[in-house]
Amino acid sequence: MRFVLDDDQRDFAAALESLLAAADTVAVARAWAGGDHEPGRRLWSRLADLGVTSLATDAGPVEVCVAFEALGRHAVPGPWVESAAYLPVALGHEVDGVATLALPPHVPYALDADVADHVYVGSTPATAVGDRVASVDRTRHLFRVSGAGETHDAAFDLAALATAAQLLGAGERVLADAVTYVKQRSQFGRPIGSYQAVKHALADVRIALDFARPLVLGAALGEVPASAAKVAAGDAAYLASRTGLQVHGAIGYTEEFDLSLWLTRIRALVTAWGTPAFHRARILQQLGAS
Amino acid sequence: MDLTLSASERAFRDEARAWLAEHVPAQPLPSMDTAEGFAAHQAWERELADARWSVVSWPEAYCGRAASLVEWVIFEEEYYRAGAPGRVSQNGIFLLAPIIFDHGTPEQQDRLLASMATGERVWAQCWSEPEAGSDLASLRSTASRTEERGGWVLNGQKTWSSRASYAHGGFGLFRSDPAAQRHAGLTYFLFPLDAPGVTVRPIAQLDGEAGFAEVFFEDVFVPDADVLGAPGDGWRVAMSTAGNERGLSLRSPGRFCAAADRLVELYRERPDPACAAGVVDAWTRAQAYRLYTWGTVTRLAAGGDLGAAGSVNKVFWSELDIALHETALDLLGPEAEVDSSWLDGYTFALSGPIYAGTNEIQRNIVAERILGLPKEPRGARR
Repeated sequence: MRFVLDDDQRDFAAALESLLAAADTVAVARAWAGGDHEPGRRLWSRLADLGVTSLATDAGPVEVCVAFEALGRHAVPGPWVESAAYLPVALGHEVDGVATLALPPHVPYALDADVADHVYVGSTPATAVGDRVASVDRTRHLFRVSGAGETHDAAFDLAALATAAQLLGAGERVLADAVTYVKQRSQFGRPIGSYQAVKHALADVRIALDFARPLVLGAALGEVPASAAKVAAGDAAYLASRTGLQVHGAIGYTEEFDLSLWLTRIRALVTAWGTPAFHRARILQQLGAS
Repeated sequence: MDLTLSASERAFRDEARAWLAEHVPAQPLPSMDTAEGFAAHQAWERELADARWSVVSWPEAYCGRAASLVEWVIFEEEYYRAGAPGRVSQNGIFLLAPIIFDHGTPEQQDRLLASMATGERVWAQCWSEPEAGSDLASLRSTASRTEERGGWVLNGQKTWSSRASYAHGGFGLFRSDPAAQRHAGLTYFLFPLDAPGVTVRPIAQLDGEAGFAEVFFEDVFVPDADVLGAPGDGWRVAMSTAGNERGLSLRSPGRFCAAADRLVELYRERPDPACAAGVVDAWTRAQAYRLYTWGTVTRLAAGGDLGAAGSVNKVFWSELDIALHETALDLLGPEAEVDSSWLDGYTFALSGPIYAGTNEIQRNIVAERILGLPKEPRGARR
């Protein structure tokens, strides 16, 4: 019985953290949103060198979660869930380069199909890439694709779990930035973080994230369904985003302020790879109660 | 990471499960907050103790099994899964005993622990006062030194003391140095609830039963032998109780997992799609609490400290408990108002966000000690 990351997993998390913290990922994400994929492709290569794209085949779900939490914390753009979680499991091998897929009805569009080396529908190469549709998250370039393919259940679960881990990381980042801000911002002569209305809202975010994390890691160990992790991490991250926006006030509502990257990313990921309603129904089914 | 149990932990679990399957009363006991139910719960504690299941984590010398923290969590999981009775002795065994182990003299340990373990003496916590609730350090009940009698004389009033209506002993903080301010000058006392000068006035709770009481002290003599820790050091001693109460020891995950499983059963019997999300969320949150606890146990076993995380815990389980029972009542529909174990559980759950430090106080602790937010300017002091 030992329910904390082991030394190797912690070392891996630390290595990822130090790489991403020094990589100006905000600039990378903003460039990606504007159509300049070069910084993002360079970052992709560095992360692939660190092993992120081979975790699903060569390591395990816990390591996948460690990596995706870091990707979420740093708002790294690109089809990571598709290339490093779903496709390696569905195809049975690590993906060569950048790959993406659509998987209707839960994944109706192929993320970043314009930059991907391979585009699939399920596990089958797409027959055509169509128009782009705009996402709430400007770093997510969604494309209609043509083709037909089956869902690989284990791959879908890992994709949902990786998305949950990304949400957890994004939620942690929003909370950390919100805490920093409310200590600096003063109104009525004292930091707004000293008011109970603000404190209690942020405490609720801390509590929600603290109880989402064990579900993510527990799902990685097969203790609970991946759907439980997706629902809890989605709820916690969404609470973080709403609260983070509220305590920032108007500045948080601007595109220019970096918080916007995480607010829009969280909104997109909450319904990506299965909506909360879909995953709740799936849990009910797995409990034999539907 | 590894969530599997060792061979000895599995053996411990199997032994507990087998014993409970054989001994847990088939019919629920009457409420422990009635004279009849209190006696029935005391008898159950005796039965647990005779088989050394009442205080598994205590040393063998005091009726325990010297079980590890992991084994304690396993036992609790089995206990609630078996539908075993609530623990009438819980304030003693979970809140007072850890203090006696940490701060008590060997004489106190020998005198107090065994009768607590068997349920022979049940203890009540006397913390709050009419003017000292969330602001516990403003308490006014006094302890005056009497050298000639070798002890202290208590005066004042405590209130909301759970189990005090029928319990034998009480424990609480009194102001022993009238010149000292707030947290200083407090002393931790133990006293019989039938001592001369003690008056216990039961208070009926929402369910009509006397689950707590007011306790009045009029020149109550307490010998030095019943001071726990050093005189004047009561706040520090007591805060280790608070950590226990908010954290692991009072609310083991087994209780919520068992209740969540019963909720899923109820849904199978009365499937109402309007309640489906509530059922799923209650089950998921109970699992989150179970897994979170394994993380806590891992850190504590490695020498870590619960610290302010106990406050994160307390807000979560108390809100989970209410949400879970509200969902059950939703499923029962118009039958919800009729007496049932769900209704009992709901009524009990309503007290969770209030006792052991209100959830507002817990959120302040999370915000200030975990998130590092600035303290709110304090109000005027008397």
